Amino acid sequence: MFNFDIVTTWLHNLLTGTLGLPEWGAILTESILVALAIITIYAVFAIVLIYMERKVCAAFQCRLGPMRVGPWGTLQVFSDVFKMLTKEIINLRQTDLFLHNLAPFLVVTASMVTFACLPWNAGAHILDFNVGVFFFLAISSIGVVGILLAGWSSNNKYSLIGAMRSGAQIISYELSIGMTMLTMICLTGTMQFSEICADQAVNGWNIFRGHLPAVLAFIIYLVAGNAECNRGPFDLPESESELTAGYHTEYSGMHFGYYYLAEYLNLFICAGMASTIFLGGWAPLHIAGLEGFNGVMDAVPGFVWFLGKTFFVVFLLMWLRWTFPRLRIDQILSLEWKYLVPISMVNLVLMALVVSMGWHF
Amino acid sequence: MFVILAVVIMLSSVATVVTKSIIRAATYLLFVLLGTAGMYFLMGYTFLGSVQVMVYAGGIIVLYVFAILLTEGAKADPALRKAKDASWGFIVSLVGFLIFLFVLLKQKLFAGLVPALGAPSEPTGTDTTSIDYIGHYMLSTGDGGYLLPFEAVSVLLLACIVAGLLIARKR
Repeated sequence: MFNFDIVTTWLHNLLTGTLGLPEWGAILTESILVALAIITIYAVFAIVLIYMERKVCAAFQCRLGPMRVGPWGTLQVFSDVFKMLTKEIINLRQTDLFLHNLAPFLVVTASMVTFACLPWNAGAHILDFNVGVFFFLAISSIGVVGILLAGWSSNNKYSLIGAMRSGAQIISYELSIGMTMLTMICLTGTMQFSEICADQAVNGWNIFRGHLPAVLAFIIYLVAGNAECNRGPFDLPESESELTAGYHTEYSGMHFGYYYLAEYLNLFICAGMASTIFLGGWAPLHIAGLEGFNGVMDAVPGFVWFLGKTFFVVFLLMWLRWTFPRLRIDQILSLEWKYLVPISMVNLVLMALVVSMGWHF
Repeated sequence: MFVILAVVIMLSSVATVVTKSIIRAATYLLFVLLGTAGMYFLMGYTFLGSVQVMVYAGGIIVLYVFAILLTEGAKADPALRKAKDASWGFIVSLVGFLIFLFVLLKQKLFAGLVPALGAPSEPTGTDTTSIDYIGHYMLSTGDGGYLLPFEAVSVLLLACIVAGLLIARKR
């Protein structure tokens, strides 16, 4: 199977050996290259996801979606991006401008750092240490501060209501996300993303290995993840009919663009986490006993597997979004606190029982 | 790297105290706490750094901001406070600073610290405290085990939750 270590070692040897850079210089250059690569990938995926969202939404509503700009409307999103980049950033009067301008950066930074946690391939993970899952949860909670500050500093009651709803919702659903991740950590026995994937490449995907509790955790994770991204039936922080656009009503130009970017990338990160923890990350599909089939599956590189699974989960989340009507705020909170949290607690105990009795595969 | 983090922490802490707007103070405090987390990461304590981000940056700051927004504290003008309150605060912080200085000098920590600051600290990637180690000690009842304090803390948290429910319930 293709291991990305080859590329990184080659690059390191090229920088230290051929170009004669000292160790710190090589590491600095590599860090800058990785940062550039990740920002580029971030932007490209945002464009792909927005195009996909429009097309999927159109298909669910029996429309065609964007068709005019470029073949099948593929250039539509690019032109939208250029429009966004050239728009003026409007400064509001009687607001805290510093916080107003800071808030989108907090949101997009939190989203980018969590993006860097994803394992792309064997040997291609950027942030990877022994408490990876915990770090992921910790960093993702910073985004809430950005949303609350955005709502407050807009000096607009609709923005403030949107931010409060969004904050309450994200904090509540973080609990379920944490619980389901804990359930799966209980099965894998490690919190390091690379080890979680490597473990699933050998032992089979977690969702098959952990059978009943794993499937339950997967469903809870999908629901909570959808709420965490402020999407789907849980998009009431930005419900247009009541609150115009929620916490980012007063933003214009690229500052609004950052929220848009972060929203779609959070969807991708949420799906990427689901595919890492439940569906094996870059681990190929193996069926015990079919050696030829397994050989063919091994030939497909890991990042193709990862992207394939992630986009599959993204499609599931979009399906959810465009199928269900929006919930009320009290329904959202009672769904989390009265149903999802108790279920995931019971599920955690069930998983602990399964692991300790050795009932998993 | 240490110098950058130290400058960020110092500037943000000063800004936290001198700023006029209470919500800005909370934001600067966020940077102080993130800088502290960065220090832990620099030392290789990834678990402690993550806990710092999770509990302080993600939990406490969000709680502060929520509390400020819900109590309309954002509109209060701290400049209207009386000079008496300020002088009390000054005395308390001076006493705190003196105690801190006393402890620091008495333990002779400073002598060991100064050369360490001069030499660039090597970030250690290998001998980080692994989470297995922390977990085993947290739940062990034997020598050096922390099960009893751990349970005591959880009882305290349970009491807090019950008290919160009692205050918030409808009468």
